[in-house]
Amino acid sequence: MQFRKAELESLASLHNINVDFSHHKEDSPFLVVQLENDQQAIDLVKRGILIKSIYELWGQGEDLPTLHKTVQNTMSTYFEENDDKDNLLTDTFKFELLTFLGGNKTPLKQQLELFDSFKYLPFKGRVRLKNPQQTYSILQNYEFNQETQAPENDPNYWYMGRLVCLSLRSRGVLEKLEISKRPFYGTTTFDTELSLVTCNLGLVDNKKLVWDPFVGTGSFLLAASEFDAMGFGNDIDFLTLKGKKGKRIRHNFAKVDKKQQFGDVMCMDFNNCALRNDFQIDCILCDPPYGIREGLKVCGVSDPEKMKGKETLMINGELAFLRRDYIQPKRTFSLDLLLDELLQFAVDRLPIGGRLCFWMPVANDEDIPTMVPQNKRLELIYNLQQDFNRWSRRCLVYVKRDEGFDGVSATKEDRGKNNFRDRYFKSFSKASKPASNK
Amino acid sequence: MKFLTTNFVRCAVKSCSTSDKSFPLKFEECELEQEEQDFNPDFIISMLERLDWNAIIKVAADLGNTQLPPQKPMNVETNEQVLKDLHSLLLETQIINGKMICENCHHIYYIKDSIANFLLPPHLAN
Repeated sequence: MQFRKAELESLASLHNINVDFSHHKEDSPFLVVQLENDQQAIDLVKRGILIKSIYELWGQGEDLPTLHKTVQNTMSTYFEENDDKDNLLTDTFKFELLTFLGGNKTPLKQQLELFDSFKYLPFKGRVRLKNPQQTYSILQNYEFNQETQAPENDPNYWYMGRLVCLSLRSRGVLEKLEISKRPFYGTTTFDTELSLVTCNLGLVDNKKLVWDPFVGTGSFLLAASEFDAMGFGNDIDFLTLKGKKGKRIRHNFAKVDKKQQFGDVMCMDFNNCALRNDFQIDCILCDPPYGIREGLKVCGVSDPEKMKGKETLMINGELAFLRRDYIQPKRTFSLDLLLDELLQFAVDRLPIGGRLCFWMPVANDEDIPTMVPQNKRLELIYNLQQDFNRWSRRCLVYVKRDEGFDGVSATKEDRGKNNFRDRYFKSFSKASKPASNK
Repeated sequence: MKFLTTNFVRCAVKSCSTSDKSFPLKFEECELEQEEQDFNPDFIISMLERLDWNAIIKVAADLGNTQLPPQKPMNVETNEQVLKDLHSLLLETQIINGKMICENCHHIYYIKDSIANFLLPPHLAN
């Protein structure tokens, strides 16, 4: 749930909206914020994935009479204070009831009576259930009764407001980008919802060039296309880039009408980078291989003896390693070292203020201190944990700062033994727990 | 590989990073294809800032196009023809197969089936 607040803050930042989220509560589905106008509300919510909607608040209270009182109070000065809202008097409209935890508690007859109790409102327009110009929503919060293991019978809090904007989630983006609907995907394809949230955390927009250095089947780039960014990436596995049954990453873009947002992908080892250093990348998003199923790889051989003499080997008069059909060998590589490389890659190419977002596993086992990679030029602004039974992963968000910034630096040596792969295969037995650092 | 991408890539061998001959790569024996893309002038304008124009000219010449202006086009916001030409070159020109050679160490990289391959053999890898 900390993801939700982080997403809101990022969206506010993206649109330069000054808003206070300090009273955000993890376990509450409702949040009241102070904004200047409808446009700010739209900007804040229109790209939201962990948010559903935003309303102009007209009233609130612990019971229905209080709700009505506060609404009437708002209405008594509303049209004087808002001279651009006269259209509400004649717009077509409908009412809706939304409940949190209440489910389908309220029968239709009762709902209609509830809507009817608002007839003091000065609306002269027609009621229209399909595509009305305005939607007025009554929102109810129900407490969960731990004893009966069910919501209480009556709501404990009410809100009423005019719907201003539905979020991207509410408008169906998760269904649109659902993995099973994509022409091309694989076993390591990253979750749609989280890839979209990551884009919001990364401030992806239509002016940005996004790079995924572990692009795989292109989830992050596809999510970025939703915000009209241009997506580029690389992967060490040529076969993944080649696709399956004639379908590749770029076909996923064409499927959702975003073909023009697909930049390019190439086969490249992150550890042997072929990008010029002064090539600016606005945002870096990725899910580096955890080394469990995928087995983290880089170019090279694990046994140097095997390499001996191969560089002079000739085939048909050509040096073997320069031939078109040569297959470059790979060896395993440490995730910790890789993350240091990733951070440095980001420092070299992001503009000041540009963000790096990536997912990283950390063993979740009885308060083991989790150590996160750091770089002096990157400020870690979010460390968001998602729990998965016996292991968890984090989304880390860094911002590039200028030379004046002196952040903490924690490289592989400093982070010591948090050897995820070994621990995972040993099933987190007590014996494999690293000594705690005091 | 889009023509645009040729402007981002250099030789992957670490010792070549200090040589200015490792960028741009020399493109040879390339098979090209024009692939239609929606015209997005804003994107072209924002891309222009990122481009190394000398490298654009060099690679274009490798591929048989010597018609480009020697200086990077400026103030293109209102010049739709220039934007369209750039769009056609940068985004619609695909290299399907070919060779990319580092002019410093002479290593050869290949583009196969539109995918550029920058993986290195063990003796050149980091």
